[in-house]
Amino acid sequence: MASQGAGRRADPHGARGTALTVEETYDCRDAFAAELARLARADDRIVAVCNDSVGSSKLAAFAREFPDRLINVGIAEQDMVGIGAGLANAGLVPFVCGAATFLTARALEQIKADVAYSLANVKLCGMSPGLAYGALGATHHSTEDLSWLRAIADLPVVVPADPAQTSAAVRWAAGTTGPAFLRIGRFPVPDVSPPGGPAFTYGRAARLRDGADATLVATGTMVSRALRAADLLAVQGVDARVVNVSTISPLDRDEIVAAARQTRAVVTAEEAVPTGGLGAAVAEVVLEARPVPMRLLGPRTFAPTGETAFLLEHFGLTAAGIARSALEVLGLDDG
Amino acid sequence: MPDHDAIGAWRRLRDRLAHADRAARAAALAALAVGIRRTAISTIHAAGLGHTGGDLSVTDILTTLYGAVLRIDPARPGWPERDRLILSKGHCSVALYTTLTTCGFFPADRLATFAAPMSPLNGHPSRRAVPGVETSSGPLGHGLPVGVGVAVGLRLRGSPARTVVVLGDGELQEGSNWEAAMTAAHRGLSSLTAVIDRNGLQQGARTGDTNDLEPLADKWRAFGWEVAEVDGHDHLALLDAVTAPHAGSRPRCVIARTVKGRGVSFMEDRVEWHHKVPDAEQTRMALEELR
Repeated sequence: MASQGAGRRADPHGARGTALTVEETYDCRDAFAAELARLARADDRIVAVCNDSVGSSKLAAFAREFPDRLINVGIAEQDMVGIGAGLANAGLVPFVCGAATFLTARALEQIKADVAYSLANVKLCGMSPGLAYGALGATHHSTEDLSWLRAIADLPVVVPADPAQTSAAVRWAAGTTGPAFLRIGRFPVPDVSPPGGPAFTYGRAARLRDGADATLVATGTMVSRALRAADLLAVQGVDARVVNVSTISPLDRDEIVAAARQTRAVVTAEEAVPTGGLGAAVAEVVLEARPVPMRLLGPRTFAPTGETAFLLEHFGLTAAGIARSALEVLGLDDG
Repeated sequence: MPDHDAIGAWRRLRDRLAHADRAARAAALAALAVGIRRTAISTIHAAGLGHTGGDLSVTDILTTLYGAVLRIDPARPGWPERDRLILSKGHCSVALYTTLTTCGFFPADRLATFAAPMSPLNGHPSRRAVPGVETSSGPLGHGLPVGVGVAVGLRLRGSPARTVVVLGDGELQEGSNWEAAMTAAHRGLSSLTAVIDRNGLQQGARTGDTNDLEPLADKWRAFGWEVAEVDGHDHLALLDAVTAPHAGSRPRCVIARTVKGRGVSFMEDRVEWHHKVPDAEQTRMALEELR
């Protein structure tokens, strides 16, 4: 899936002292845009809707190829989501794109009533989520979206972790009738999907690495960091399992229950508030099925000023931070 | 779920209206509206729930649209080429449900389940549960954006079907309407019509005393719409306004001046009847007047 790469660059966000390799990383919006255009060539029901975000939603090429099928409503998110529901009513398959925080916060009631409760065939695409807007500040960070949307019935919430997952999730969304939310990352990530297998299976979490001591459950940008955290833990003799949850809602309950039964602790990591997001979702299952000690990683305050990489480090959302939390929850930390 | 007897009766009415003179057309629509008002009052009384005043103010609008305008097939609610009616003021669900039964979307005896446990007929219409409901509504300011999306989508598909959104006046205080109004004009959606049930009252007081909407026609014109102002209880005036040929590509706004509680003297233009439910005696008196 390197074809959509945002360019070769050193990943500056590895665990300090262990990022020994130069790794290709990708902006998942490119994979999203390429897949959407591919699908649109084969299916003229597919249209894109956006809120003056042609550039930031990576829809410029789509607009050139399908000028009638990009509906830019301007800076009007409630209008945008309502229009998406109307387009679906008319028999089209709209992908409604906007910066995740404005799409979800501004139009939350439209998402609930016009899309989910109406079972409208609308694909909501939250672009540049989490802390991706860095120093633009907390107004632009989308850290509550997973909590809000997970509370809405009949709205699948999907968070791809790499380009392959992004493409596969877009294909799944286009091929399924009904509402969905896709969280499309901007912060560059490496490939994490195992080659050969299906990159994304709706409703299923992927066990990327087996382990018996602790389970690191991650989503989106945190998946590659959880894998690196497992490497760090291995050095310290801790055998960590890594689970990629790309469907936050509905959650793959079986995989979480297995983690709680087969390992002694669970750490969750997400670029979102854990109060209601992945962390809370996993904790609900663990609590009901088999309580084990947990740590829920994610920003719990509005972010201070800083670029995304700095903010992730500030909130402990690094390989080292995830590994440290695993050691703490296992009672193996030196402190 | 379709009521084939009712569908047959509705089709015969449509045929008759198509060939009737204006006086006969007006009389037939008036008779239909009286029946809808009577059923709505009885339904609200039986359920102990409803928005009586608004149901009565919007009845003539819905009667005209379903009785003489919309190209629909109640036997096939999902017919792709149908005209769409979106009731943005979803709290007036009883008027909508009753009108849908007169077309035969579902049997009128289902109205007895309105608001009862597990009934498809919720206080606000759900697209999931009720054939003929195009989008779930209830929260205000949602219908017009959805209508804009329908109109854009139908045009993309090359369908000549039209889209009508019925709005309350109070809900025009929601900003989302004006986002959609801009988009509709910008895109030249002449297949889109907004009909505003301008009864002048909202839940707690007059719109003019709450957050004034006037000059309302000027606002719509300034947003790029063509505007007609009519008596919202005059079926032929409504019919003419909705079906008049378009001069250009602008979407159309019909401001239908109505009376909340229309048809029942002790309810008319009284704010407390926004969601007051008539008791047995009030229901009897209302039905006395509605003949």
